[in-house]
Amino acid sequence: MSVVVQLDHVGKRYGSVVALDDVSLTIESGEVVALLGPNGAGKTTAISLMLGLRRPTSGRARLLGLSPTDVDARSRCGVMLQESGVPELLTVRELVRLFSTFYPRHLPSAEVLRMAGLEEQAGTRVDRLSGGQRQRLFFALAVTGDPEVLFLDEPTVGMDVEGRRAFIVALRERARRGTTIVLTTHYLEEADQLADRVVVIDRGAVIADDSPAAIKTRVAGKRVELRFDSDVGEELFAGLPVTGLRVDGSSATMLSPHPAVVLRRVLNARDDIADVDVSGADLEDAFIHLTREGGSDGAGDG
Amino acid sequence: MVPATARSAAGRMRAPVLRMLAEVIRTQVLTLLRSPIYSIFSLALPVIFWLFFALPYAHTRVGGVSGGAFLLASFGAYAVANVMLFTFGITIAMERGRKQDLLLRATPLPPWVYLLARVVAATVFALAALLVLSVVAVITGGVSLSAAQWVTLVSRLLVGSLPLLALGLAIGYLVSPNAAPAVVNLIGLPMYFASGIFVPVSALPVFIQRIAPYLPTYRYGQLAWGAIGAPADPASTDLLWLAGYTVLFLAVTLRAYRLEESRKFT
Repeated sequence: MSVVVQLDHVGKRYGSVVALDDVSLTIESGEVVALLGPNGAGKTTAISLMLGLRRPTSGRARLLGLSPTDVDARSRCGVMLQESGVPELLTVRELVRLFSTFYPRHLPSAEVLRMAGLEEQAGTRVDRLSGGQRQRLFFALAVTGDPEVLFLDEPTVGMDVEGRRAFIVALRERARRGTTIVLTTHYLEEADQLADRVVVIDRGAVIADDSPAAIKTRVAGKRVELRFDSDVGEELFAGLPVTGLRVDGSSATMLSPHPAVVLRRVLNARDDIADVDVSGADLEDAFIHLTREGGSDGAGDG
Repeated sequence: MVPATARSAAGRMRAPVLRMLAEVIRTQVLTLLRSPIYSIFSLALPVIFWLFFALPYAHTRVGGVSGGAFLLASFGAYAVANVMLFTFGITIAMERGRKQDLLLRATPLPPWVYLLARVVAATVFALAALLVLSVVAVITGGVSLSAAQWVTLVSRLLVGSLPLLALGLAIGYLVSPNAAPAVVNLIGLPMYFASGIFVPVSALPVFIQRIAPYLPTYRYGQLAWGAIGAPADPASTDLLWLAGYTVLFLAVTLRAYRLEESRKFT
């Protein structure tokens, strides 16, 4: 096992805004790591520093043991970035061929197009692709150099359900061949499907770094929403296994690992329940949970 | 197919630069060809201007040479200058606007290869524009130059266009994509007129006649007219001026580039 990515006490500020604060992270070859966090958490900044697209304000970033801007390091990496443009007037095939010349070894373009599910669009000009197809094109450009390391920033944004599924299959195929994969996402489910390690980033800091299963048990909980015919007070939920309780007039929302316990108490205490909704906790809920657990102050909304 | 690979000093694998360069040139030319506005402006406009403004004077004599030859040199200068300002001024501004630079930065493509490829692609278009214009000028205006004159004219037009390429780069890095076409034309058109490219300098208002010799396009025009034997300043004077302008515009470009770097990438 060799070290692929190393962030060593890395900090990054944009003016007075702290995007990353003293982050240390080591990724070894063959790992599939998901950087998970809400929007604005610092995931994209972390990837930009790993790739040398931005310079850390403090600390040091290394890629494959080299400076991240080193051509030798970049020759071994494939990259998919958010919101990056490509020449619009070229066809998919022309672009794949162009990018393949940037790398010392490269996959046959037919294989690249098949992996990205773009065989039918090979002759289509980029400006005529749909959002999901564009995203798959970026994936094709990322893998065409047969990279040892793949960096994917929010890769499934804009993809439909079918596209997302195919994409996940393609990524798993790469991972099986030993490609190291670093991806960012704000879907816990996606991180769970793909990664064998999840690094949770929130407000510029790593708040959890564990297997998807372990992360899931930590945030395992249901979101319980209750509506009554008349006002409700917080005291109703006192002593119950809930977090993130919010009471507003006649409605209350909370997270709980044991929703049945909550419902039993509520059903016994009140006979004016208008509506009950129990759903899986989404990521935002999960973050409130994780940050509380980590002893951090103020569980924000974002 | 197994590609040839090169080893860097550190003994690691890198893609061969020449293959990158060739492919970037090819895709640049394709992109420019597929942009109708670009093709019309760079290839058709000089011919249209020739037919309207130059053809009526093709059979007169200007300063001891045929009017046709003189005006071919003028409009040839316009054609090449236009390609350089357009290619670099507008396309770079647009690529910046679309964040096309972002993904390329993360690849192993060295930035100088990309810039060199653009220069080659622009030169291809400049030569094409000259060829089209020359064919039309020969057919419609009966222009005839000696082989030596052709070679001197074309090579001087290419070498002398460097400050315009640099000016295009400066505009491309300073101006927003929406403003770029307007800025290119607002700077380019008055400059061509004031330099005697479209109308003789002697026909311009006196204050413009006084400014004219200090314009890069005036020096560029002088270089072209000298090539076909019309009276002009010594080529060395013009080249010195043009070199000075190149340095100036490149310095502006470098500053604008660094400013953008520090904003977007540090």
